[in-house]
Amino acid sequence: MVVRVKVNNEWRQAEAWPGASLLTFLRERLGLYGSKNACEQGECGSCSVWLDGALVCSCLVLAAQADEREVRTIEGVTASERLHPIQEAFVEAGAVQCGFCTPGFVVAVADLLQKDPDPSPATVREALSGNLCRCTGYQKILDAVSLASTRMRGRT
Amino acid sequence: MEVLLPHSLDEALAIKGDRPEATPIAGGTDLMVDLNFGRRRPAAMVDVSRVPELASWREEDGHVFLGAGLTYTTIVKEMPAFKPLVQASRSVGSPQIRNRGTVGGNLGTASPAGDALPVLAAYDAEVVVRSRARGERAMPWHAFLTGPKKTALAADELILGARWPRRRGPGSFSKIGTRNAMVIAVAGLCLVIDEDGHRVNVALGSVGPTILRATEAEQQIAAAIQSTAAWEDPSVTLTDQVIDEFAELVAAAAQPLDDVRGTAAYRRHGCRVLARRAITWALNERRLPAWL
Repeated sequence: MVVRVKVNNEWRQAEAWPGASLLTFLRERLGLYGSKNACEQGECGSCSVWLDGALVCSCLVLAAQADEREVRTIEGVTASERLHPIQEAFVEAGAVQCGFCTPGFVVAVADLLQKDPDPSPATVREALSGNLCRCTGYQKILDAVSLASTRMRGRT
Repeated sequence: MEVLLPHSLDEALAIKGDRPEATPIAGGTDLMVDLNFGRRRPAAMVDVSRVPELASWREEDGHVFLGAGLTYTTIVKEMPAFKPLVQASRSVGSPQIRNRGTVGGNLGTASPAGDALPVLAAYDAEVVVRSRARGERAMPWHAFLTGPKKTALAADELILGARWPRRRGPGSFSKIGTRNAMVIAVAGLCLVIDEDGHRVNVALGSVGPTILRATEAEQQIAAAIQSTAAWEDPSVTLTDQVIDEFAELVAAAAQPLDDVRGTAAYRRHGCRVLARRAITWALNERRLPAWL
């Protein structure tokens, strides 16, 4: 079947197996490799994207369910070549080690900070509870969220 | 394989009438895992996530109707008056999962670990289903959930939602697991007090083939509240012995198994602990006017 999705503000269409996930469609049909494929069961958050503005695991969405809908991926987090402040904060805080979970975390943090620019530590932990990192032990990720939140509030 | 994309309830029911083998998919949080791992290859799927009739809730004639397509995120946002339901919804998965997962999915999957199910059982909810051929029917939750991952849903029917009588009184949902998120409950419990009907309802999840009600415990605690006149005067306290008896009766109502997530003995103990906490919270809450 043909699936047409508005991805990062651009309408794109491609052939998809009807049982394919949105993640498979993004990676293997549209060449958007930023969203990572790890658990394929919604446990790890590495494939997090926005579907019509809602944070979702793209591995648990049927590509067909995204037909005629709007998807934003890690590639669309910033329009320019420069890093997004959240990405900069991850780099500076040492929140990136192997980097595999990072796109999912950055998307989840962006989702959190657009709803709650100054979240409490408990709110951050709850918001990131669907993303797994096996390298950092999370503390540096929490530091990065705090740094990003401070900077982004300073800019507006 | 084929995916059908209806945009209205009538259209969806017509598809199920013509193609009863088409597997409904909404949030996909259960079905997609089976698809990704090659465990299921349905000949056809019908995406009910764009059926607007399923995605809302309302109060009518002293009842609450919760549409099958309502996500856990929406419940948390829109239904603060239904505290046990909100607590259960907030304990589902992660933000990503709650943005997709629906109560209809918990009902359709019929896992004894579905977090919304003990709440619906404690609310005395009925499940509303519809087919093009035979129209609408409703059945009590226990008639719908016929066993582990088994329901009374006919092949040509879709789950419309759940309906329960609006009642006044405190209650809670709590569950046991290894984390506060992304956990399939080892044991789950919902307790609600019906101040007008003078009843206490207790439902258990993850500790039996399907959701269980602890009816003996319900009767024991309601009788204790009655005999101490605590229905009329919430400041009356129940003795520790009454609370312990209640917790024992709740634990005795469980029918747990050993599995990878926990032993039967641990699950039964979990029920005892959850029961004692839940009744204590509820009795304390009765002393406050917060639920009014």
